[in-house]
Amino acid sequence: MAEPLDDYIDAVAKALALPVEEAWRPSIRANLEVSLRLGRMVDEFALPDETEPAPVFTV
Amino acid sequence: MTTKPEMTAAEIASAVAGRRMSALDATEAALARIKQHDTVLNSFTDVTADRARAKARAIDADLAAGKSVGPLAGVPFAVKNLFDVAGLATRAGSKINRDRAPAKRDATLIERMEAAGAVLVGALNMGEYAYDFTGENVHDGPSRNPHDTTRMSGGSSGGSGSAVGGALVPIALGSDTNGSIRVPSSFCGIFGLKPTYGRLSRARSFPFVASLDHLGPFARSATDLALAYDAMQGPDADDAACTTRGLEPTTPLLANPVSDLRIAIAGGYFQQNVFPEAVEAISRVAKALGATRVVDVPEAARARAAAYVISTTEGASLHLDRLRKRPNDFDPAVRDRLIAGAMVPAPLVDRAQKFRRWYRAQLAEIFKSVDVLLAPATPCTAPKLGQVNFNLDGVELPVRANIGIHTQPISFIGLPVVAVPVPLEPLPIGVQIICAPWREDIALRVAYALEKMGVVAAPSPKGF
Repeated sequence: MAEPLDDYIDAVAKALALPVEEAWRPSIRANLEVSLRLGRMVDEFALPDETEPAPVFTV
Repeated sequence: MTTKPEMTAAEIASAVAGRRMSALDATEAALARIKQHDTVLNSFTDVTADRARAKARAIDADLAAGKSVGPLAGVPFAVKNLFDVAGLATRAGSKINRDRAPAKRDATLIERMEAAGAVLVGALNMGEYAYDFTGENVHDGPSRNPHDTTRMSGGSSGGSGSAVGGALVPIALGSDTNGSIRVPSSFCGIFGLKPTYGRLSRARSFPFVASLDHLGPFARSATDLALAYDAMQGPDADDAACTTRGLEPTTPLLANPVSDLRIAIAGGYFQQNVFPEAVEAISRVAKALGATRVVDVPEAARARAAAYVISTTEGASLHLDRLRKRPNDFDPAVRDRLIAGAMVPAPLVDRAQKFRRWYRAQLAEIFKSVDVLLAPATPCTAPKLGQVNFNLDGVELPVRANIGIHTQPISFIGLPVVAVPVPLEPLPIGVQIICAPWREDIALRVAYALEKMGVVAAPSPKGF
């Protein structure tokens, strides 16, 4: 049975021309689930619209 | 004069400059130790013996001619194999990069170490493409912990930790994106400095996460750490993130008292998910420094999450073409993490970078009333090689995902940290001495004071 993220993995893999062999899929899915969970944690934090990103740390 | 295995860099440089020992003797002694012990430790991937001997002879010739030599004269050192070393392909722990042309020029930090008289003796094992906290490597085998060779050295600068912890060399250089200097320092029982983001040039080193990559030194004493750091400071147009600040030497300030410093223990997140040995290490350091105040660092868990998101996506971006063309030449675990990273939606990355600025402001506020924060470097002492889970308070947790939980929220905003080794038995463990941006001098001063008090020390290797 297909996992919920499988369609998404297939679509992004196609868009970026990334190879995803079936044997790798469970590990990629597990890693993506962690990244999305941590990404949601960041997303849930309310920031002012004016907040600048900090790609380079400066003082 | 014969060399002792654990002579510090300062002792070697003093003996060489005073002509009580030749630079060549110091170099030969390091090469002999590497030959004798690295079959077990597996910390080196390249030994640059001919180059080292030539450099050592040149130093000895300068001394014989009455010329001045630098503060690291004759000191053997080695570098994580993501530093360019002229004549070697910069493998960065990978199989793929071995196909690159040999580097034409040394990394800036190697040039600066050698300008100070240090002698490069080789390149060191590391986790593939620095995406690692264990020191294991599927292509080169694991670098091993010098206090128990069945255990991890820590990653990703595992060879650096192993080589210095094993007293093969007094100084090594490594990189730290999320903890890769502080974790091996903790597991291998040595001192490590992750400077302020942008303080030391990354020019001609293989990157991982441009937003978070730092380079820095490992040593067996705070003095040696400061000597190496001072030798490597300075602007460098070849690294876009390198500061234009002038040199700020720390060595002359090391012995200044620490009694005037406001030292606090990082609370909340930094006191959770820790084994008793990490609690004991913090307790010993805090007691020695008279630190009782506990300061909560707000949203540290979210900071770790944001660092994770930035790392996995920038890492994926860096390797995108290699993932397309040579996916089977990666360590499968690294490949799968990177492919997943390429699939994280872009808005989450932007939000992580914006959160970073918010979080930096919170820490800046804390540093108005605090000079030093103390936190664990790792939640535990070195796990067994290949260990998958550990049990904390009855809960099974994955080792790899949890080794760096206390380092990631700090490097996320580029704060300077010295990891100091608390010599617990049977294994050492590190404590992070965290300071405000550009205050490496304070972190090194505290490390030096703790060393003089006998609270922190690099234990003699006993695993081989």
